[in-house]
Amino acid sequence: MPTESDSTVVDGVHYHQFDVVIVGAGGAGMRAAIEAGPKVKTAVISKLYPTRSHTGAAQGGMAAALANVEEDSWEWHTFDTVKGGDYLVDQDAAEILAKEAIEAVIDLENMGLPFNRTPDGKIDQRRFGGHTAEHGKSPVRRACYAADRTGHMILQTLYQNCVKFGINFFNEYYVLDLVMTPVTASDGTTSDKPSGVVAYDLATGEIHVFQAKAVIFATGGFGKIYKTTSNAHTLTGDGVGIIWRKGLPLEDMEFFQFHPTGLAGLGILLSEAARGEGAILRNSEGERFMERYAPTIKDLAPRDIVARCMATEIREGRGGGPNKDYVYLDITHLDPAVIDAKLPDITEFARTYLGVEPYTEPVPVLPTAHYAMGGIPTNVNAEVLSDNTTVVPGLYAAGECACVSVHGSNRLGTNSLLDINVFGKRAGNNAAAYALTVDMPPLPPNAADWVINLVESARASNGTERLSAIRKELQDSMDRNAQVFRTDETLNEVTRVIENLRERYKNIGVQDKGKRFNTDLLEAIELGFLLDLAEVVVYSALSRKESRGGHFREDYPTRDDANYLVHTMAYLTGDAHSADAGDHIRLDTKPVVITNYQPMERKY
Amino acid sequence: MSTAIADRAPASGPESIQTFTVTVIIRRFLPGIDLEPRWEDFDVEMLPTDRVLDALHKIKWEQDGSLTFRRSCAHGICGSDAMRINGRNRLACKTLIKDLDISKPIYIEAIKGLPLEKDLVVDMEPFFDSFREVQPFLIANSKPKEGKERVQSPEDRARFDDTTKCILCAACTSSCPIFWTDGQYFGPAAIVNAHRFIFDSRDESNVRLDILDDKEGVWRCRTTFNCTEACPRGIQVTQAIAEVKQAILRGKP
Ligand SMILES: Cc1cc2nc3c(=O)[nH]c(=O)nc-3n(C[C@H](O)[C@H](O)[C@H](O)COP(=O)(O)OP(=O)(O)OC[C@H]3O[C@@H](n4cnc5c(N)ncnc54)[C@H](O)[C@@H]3O)c2cc1C
Ligand code: SF4
Ligand code: FES
Repeated sequence: MPTESDSTVVDGVHYHQFDVVIVGAGGAGMRAAIEAGPKVKTAVISKLYPTRSHTGAAQGGMAAALANVEEDSWEWHTFDTVKGGDYLVDQDAAEILAKEAIEAVIDLENMGLPFNRTPDGKIDQRRFGGHTAEHGKSPVRRACYAADRTGHMILQTLYQNCVKFGINFFNEYYVLDLVMTPVTASDGTTSDKPSGVVAYDLATGEIHVFQAKAVIFATGGFGKIYKTTSNAHTLTGDGVGIIWRKGLPLEDMEFFQFHPTGLAGLGILLSEAARGEGAILRNSEGERFMERYAPTIKDLAPRDIVARCMATEIREGRGGGPNKDYVYLDITHLDPAVIDAKLPDITEFARTYLGVEPYTEPVPVLPTAHYAMGGIPTNVNAEVLSDNTTVVPGLYAAGECACVSVHGSNRLGTNSLLDINVFGKRAGNNAAAYALTVDMPPLPPNAADWVINLVESARASNGTERLSAIRKELQDSMDRNAQVFRTDETLNEVTRVIENLRERYKNIGVQDKGKRFNTDLLEAIELGFLLDLAEVVVYSALSRKESRGGHFREDYPTRDDANYLVHTMAYLTGDAHSADAGDHIRLDTKPVVITNYQPMERKY
Repeated sequence: MSTAIADRAPASGPESIQTFTVTVIIRRFLPGIDLEPRWEDFDVEMLPTDRVLDALHKIKWEQDGSLTFRRSCAHGICGSDAMRINGRNRLACKTLIKDLDISKPIYIEAIKGLPLEKDLVVDMEPFFDSFREVQPFLIANSKPKEGKERVQSPEDRARFDDTTKCILCAACTSSCPIFWTDGQYFGPAAIVNAHRFIFDSRDESNVRLDILDDKEGVWRCRTTFNCTEACPRGIQVTQAIAEVKQAILRGKP
């Protein structure tokens, strides 16, 4: 725990100084901390205890072409990543991801991660969607795993190593603002430079300013803009929202991944590892429908494709259950011993939450909002960009909140646990190296004022609107209108809903007026981020009049490389609270980096 | 037109459409307002397939925003929401209403033995301190082959599989009568996490055996099995403690 001598208190606000401040203690944040911590004075600030982060929910595995069980190469992995992302992937970044994957897995093993093993004691590997040998010829065993709790073991192992290195953690501190100081360069131009973050301490309700030479955002995703999601309640996109409110761009926000196999009605994930181990998707007629859509790799086609095929089966009346509104994941043909050894947790989810016995019954599943491909734009050094090319010095982002872009328009399974390790490590190293070369930037006067105002006005709010009602309406409408299938009409519909909810949000009431552990107040602030981000997602989706990866427009059902083989860059330009999104959001494009792989039609 | 795959929430069976009212009685404590904890009743409409966590959310979101508890993943994987439900330590997100006797009220209170902060929230620092004290990280001086993994047979890997499942929820430690009376005791969770490394063939240290061969260490355990019953991950906690005792007596395996 941090020592109090580190901080001073002025006017009730606590001030700390660190070389590097990392926001978020999930996989990306802690991987960064393990690099930066031993080199420079580092703090990790997290709204959750580190081991509560949602990285711990990841099940299936982490990709790396170790070739421990069959022939594989990082070049094939690069190709799969590019093709899986429907060619919106920056290919230089994908190459780094696939190449550094090998070291990333070995790092984790050497730190103590208990991977499953092959008979000769090496790290075992299994199949996962979209990962193939020889550019699509056949599925390949590339996912390194620890049963079906790979993310749990990554999170534990990284936290254990942070304990070993004595990293400073500030747990249950909510970062609510990035501090920028105007700096005048020698040529007379002024620009804003990051000088720290402002956080709210859940336990005491007090405000802390963390002055820092470098700041890394690693705050994870924002699946809570949807109702049916595999994401935790706490994944409200605060970090992405903070960057947005600073006027910095967000990239490719229209691309959200819907994972095919969420428990029907609940959204709790059943890992693709199930299909990697041989599970089969069936419709109400018992047909293995993926054979029709993806004859080569069938159930192991990438997620966007499988999710759409499932939705099509349901729409055409071949869904199961009383309302014909889900399909089945069938593992009844697998040996129970294999299920127990390799898929114990997810079979328990089916038993606990649906009362279904997966040994003998197929499990009802539906697509669930899973992963944000878009986020804070960075280059391959994890440096945050303020436009298509300009780096914000001292500001870094890594993990699901960032968009490098290694996932393009659709992330391949097992590439995110990889992403958080590869780019978390790069962020930690680069931030530490940067901090060693610069002086502590000064704080602007009244650095904490914006947050104090945000918190106090939330606490004082006595309006008649319930925040839970607003959140529910947002999530319902996003599920209905901006999910697997989208059209101009549905996106316009949810735009109107968001506009209305943003108005009503101004009139919410926070019932808890206390200072200590005021989660009511924080839920109100989190809802503000959700509303902001949902608006950007929908606005970006409206402008992309084509279908690519996770973004499927029924009114523009084909990929249109001539007009849309570009990243979307969204900027907040005006008053975020003006009613019409068009008044305060400006969209721009950014070229996709193409090196070796020219876009081809995506067939599996 | 909507593009939703399915407009209605899928029901797993016709019976699940029926809602009913449950009374939830929660031990409240608002610092600065309550001098002593007090019990408060809430009536909520629930489905049989709802979780206790859903009931808490319904109360917080529809009746009393000040009700305070921790939660994140909502499916038993992050360890945030261990609490005493009808006198037993469980995760609220992993306890289904239909598995409780709903003819009677459901009693919910914070886990015991850690300082109460507010409602269902306790101070977790003493718990994490004990965890950190057992040096829960791989200690090995021998270097693996450059750029390669350490080799470990599937049997050696299986040896400590059970204790790798721990999510640090504190359900075990806060169900232990020894811990209630002596907060200095390391408690089952810390021992489970020591076990995870003591029985890892890659680990080369004896330091955890020394740390736990202490008056506040494994010998305080009186094998009451509360911890094993409480563990939401199904870890054989008492057995793990017994194995650590053996390792102290006989040396690391
Ligand atoms: C159920 C599930 C299964 C998955 N399975 C796989 C898989 O098998 N393979 C794979 O590659 N990927 C998988 N993924 C995706 C992958 O797990 C995530 O994308 C990845 O773990 C994200 O890591 P992260 O470090 O970016 O964020 P997280 O682990 O979500 O961490 C975010 C951190 O930010 C902190 N934070 C957030 N807001 C604030 C704030 N305002 N102030 C302070 N701190 C804040 C939180 O406390 C937390 O510590 C899965 C995802 C889910 C949901
Ligand atoms: S051993 Fe079980 S009960 Fe104890 S902290 Fe770990 S998961 Fe929770
Ligand atoms: S909310 Fe994560 S374990 Fe219950």
